[in-house]
Parts: sequence; structure tokens; C-alpha cells
Amino acid sequence: MASFQLELVSPEKLLLSRAVEMVVFPAAEGEMGVLAGHAPMIVALRGGVISVREGGKVTEQLFVAGGFAEVAADRVTILADEATPLASLSKSDAEARLAEAEAAFTSAANETPEKREVAMERLLAARVMVEAAMAA
Amino acid sequence: MPSLKSLRLRINSVKSTRKITQAMKMVAAAKLRRAQSQAEAARPYADRMERMLASLGASVAGSPDAPKLLVGTGADKVHLLVVVTAERGLCGGFNTNVGRFARAQVRALEAEGKTVKIITVGRKGAVYLKRDFASRFVMEFSFANKKRIGYEDASEVAAKISEMLDAGQFDVCTLIYNRFRNVISQTPVGQQLIPAPLPEVSAEGGAQYEFEPAEEEILARLLPQNLAIQIYRALLDNAAGFYGSQMTAMDNATRNAGEMINKLTLNYNRTRQANITRELIEIISGAEAL
Repeated sequence: MASFQLELVSPEKLLLSRAVEMVVFPAAEGEMGVLAGHAPMIVALRGGVISVREGGKVTEQLFVAGGFAEVAADRVTILADEATPLASLSKSDAEARLAEAEAAFTSAANETPEKREVAMERLLAARVMVEAAMAA
Repeated sequence: MPSLKSLRLRINSVKSTRKITQAMKMVAAAKLRRAQSQAEAARPYADRMERMLASLGASVAGSPDAPKLLVGTGADKVHLLVVVTAERGLCGGFNTNVGRFARAQVRALEAEGKTVKIITVGRKGAVYLKRDFASRFVMEFSFANKKRIGYEDASEVAAKISEMLDAGQFDVCTLIYNRFRNVISQTPVGQQLIPAPLPEVSAEGGAQYEFEPAEEEILARLLPQNLAIQIYRALLDNAAGFYGSQMTAMDNATRNAGEMINKLTLNYNRTRQANITRELIEIISGAEAL
């Protein structure tokens, strides 16, 4: 199968840079799977799990809290706000974050719609993180 | 002439000072290496972010409802200076250089009749600038209790800046910090954050991207992120520069202490010899008198 170069970077480090066959990431408007030769796109991401497929198997799964992806014909660059391999997610951390996000969301009830939206997004990302931590 | 005992005491005290400066130099060197690799690790993200911004920004910059973070408020009245310094001293002229640079900027802006507001990151800058400009202070950040600077620290600063921009509290924002050139040279620079200078679109960037969601929406998310990244980079440069500067300062201090010890030891030996000679003369002349 044709492969393309995948790069996954967070502000703190370069997490992944190698040729893969397929990557599935949580785009803002739904999960999106990318194969080699995809039309060029720039997509916003929401909190969720990125899966990397090589040789017909899922070889790597990482949780991202949000970010952006740039898709070009022969490479995909993912700028994650924060990325953690699923295996090293801790359930207690995720739950603490969920509680925090819930509190922030309730206290943002009287704020501007934009702020509420940001709080909402964070809450959803935290929920996904807890789910992912449970599954791992 | 100082007594032998006081000389001995001085030599010992300089020796223990040298021990301390030497240890500080070693620690700074080790931390410098870490800070440098952290700064390098952050580079890929910033590079890719720049590339994305370049392909996005060009298409949106001209439109009238472009985000404030990109084009500013249109006015040029109130300037916000974000001054980044270290948390500690004992690092040569590192903090003073930034402080002096910032002070010159404030003076120049005020001479033009602009209003200046200051946010400091790092304790030393706050102390330095408070003396002259306490009334312009908006906020001080200090990460003294952190072992290493993380991205979330930078986003905290960025969030405060965005909040102030939304409230219309300033028009232009400039970041002042020590740019890390190499271990022995750091220069204070002023970098404009808002309105954001757009990176040039490279000639080969001809690929037409599709956007999901719309360009404006992505840009609205990307810009705050970019602000945080710029600040993060400044914080990392600051950390690396601080250790570099401290290492050089402590190296000089160690060398000076060594010179001082040599001088004092020479002095000590001369004095001791003089004492012995004097005693001998006294004994001999006493014996001759008998």
C-alpha cells in the first residue's frame, strides 16, 4: 500500500515522524481518515484519539486535546495542543481534568457564547480522554 | 601590613567563594544543556505553525472582519510591553540588559505621547522596572517555583494578553526578551506580537488547500495558539540565555577568585618570610650585643 510521511508535533516535542499508510484523526466536523494522495486540506481538530495504521494494523494510538492538521499529497502534519500515547494515559488525571472542565463549563454559563464554546470543547475533550483512559 | 592570621582567613574565605561559584557554573552548564534541548524540541511545532499561518493568513488579511489578533485594533495609542526576564540574579548583565532595553522603549514611546502598559514575566524584570514605572504595571507573572517552563505557562500569559485585547485595553503588543544567540551572547530584542506580522508566503506554496471548518474559523483558533507559541519560544530562549549567561558569569568569578588567591598567597608568603628575617636579625643583633 502506498504510504505517506506523517508528522505529529506538540509544542513541547516532535512525537512522530515516519512513513505510514493511513491515519485517522478527530477533525472538528467528524473523524477523518487520510490515505496517501489525499487532496490538500487544513483541518481543525477536536479532542480525540489519533490512530495510525501500518501494514493493515493499528500500530499507534494517541490522545490529542485539540489542534490542527495539514494534509498534502505526500505528507500529513498534525499540530497537537497536547498529545499522549493511549498506553500512558492515567485514569485519575483524566478524571481530574473532566471535573475541572465541568466546573469551568458551569461557571461559564453567563459568559459570552465564544467562551462557552471554548469551555464546551474542553469538556468534550476531557470526556474523550476519560473514555480513552478507561479503554486502555 | 596585615597580620599573617588575617591573610590566612582571607585566603580561606576566597577559596570557599571559589568553591561556590565553581559549583554554580557546573549546575548552570547542566541546566543549560537541558534548556537548549527543550528549545530545540519546540522548534518543529513553531516552524509548521508558521507554514500553516502563511498559507491561511494571506487569504484572510485583506477582509474587513479579520480577527483582531491579526490586524490589531487599527489604532496605535496604547502599547503593551511584555518583558521577559529571569527569576534569579547572579548571571552577569542578563537581566539588566533587558531591563535597560525595556526602559528605553518605554521612554521612547512616552515621548511620542503613547500610553504604555507593562506585563513582566520573571521576578527580576519586575523589580528592575518597578522602580521607575510602577504606575504602568498591569500584571506580573513569576514561574520561580517551576522546575521547568512548560507550554501551559506560556498559554497562561497568552490568555491574559488576549483577554486584554478583547477588552480593548491596548492597541499594540510587543514582547521584549533576550534572544539566545549562543552561550556567550544574548541580545535583548523587541518582537511585535499584535498586530501579528504574517510570515511571507513562499513561492512554491502554490498548493490550494481546502479548509474545514471555514478559513476564518481555523484562523480564529490558530492565532491564539500562535501567540502562545511565540511567548513559549521567548520563555525558552530566556531560560537558555539565563543559564548561558550565568555560566559565563560564574566562570569569570571562578577565574577572578583564583587570581585573588594567588595574589593573597604571594602576599602571605612574603609577610611570613619578612617575619622570619626580622626575628633572625633580632636574634643575631642580640647575640652580638652580648
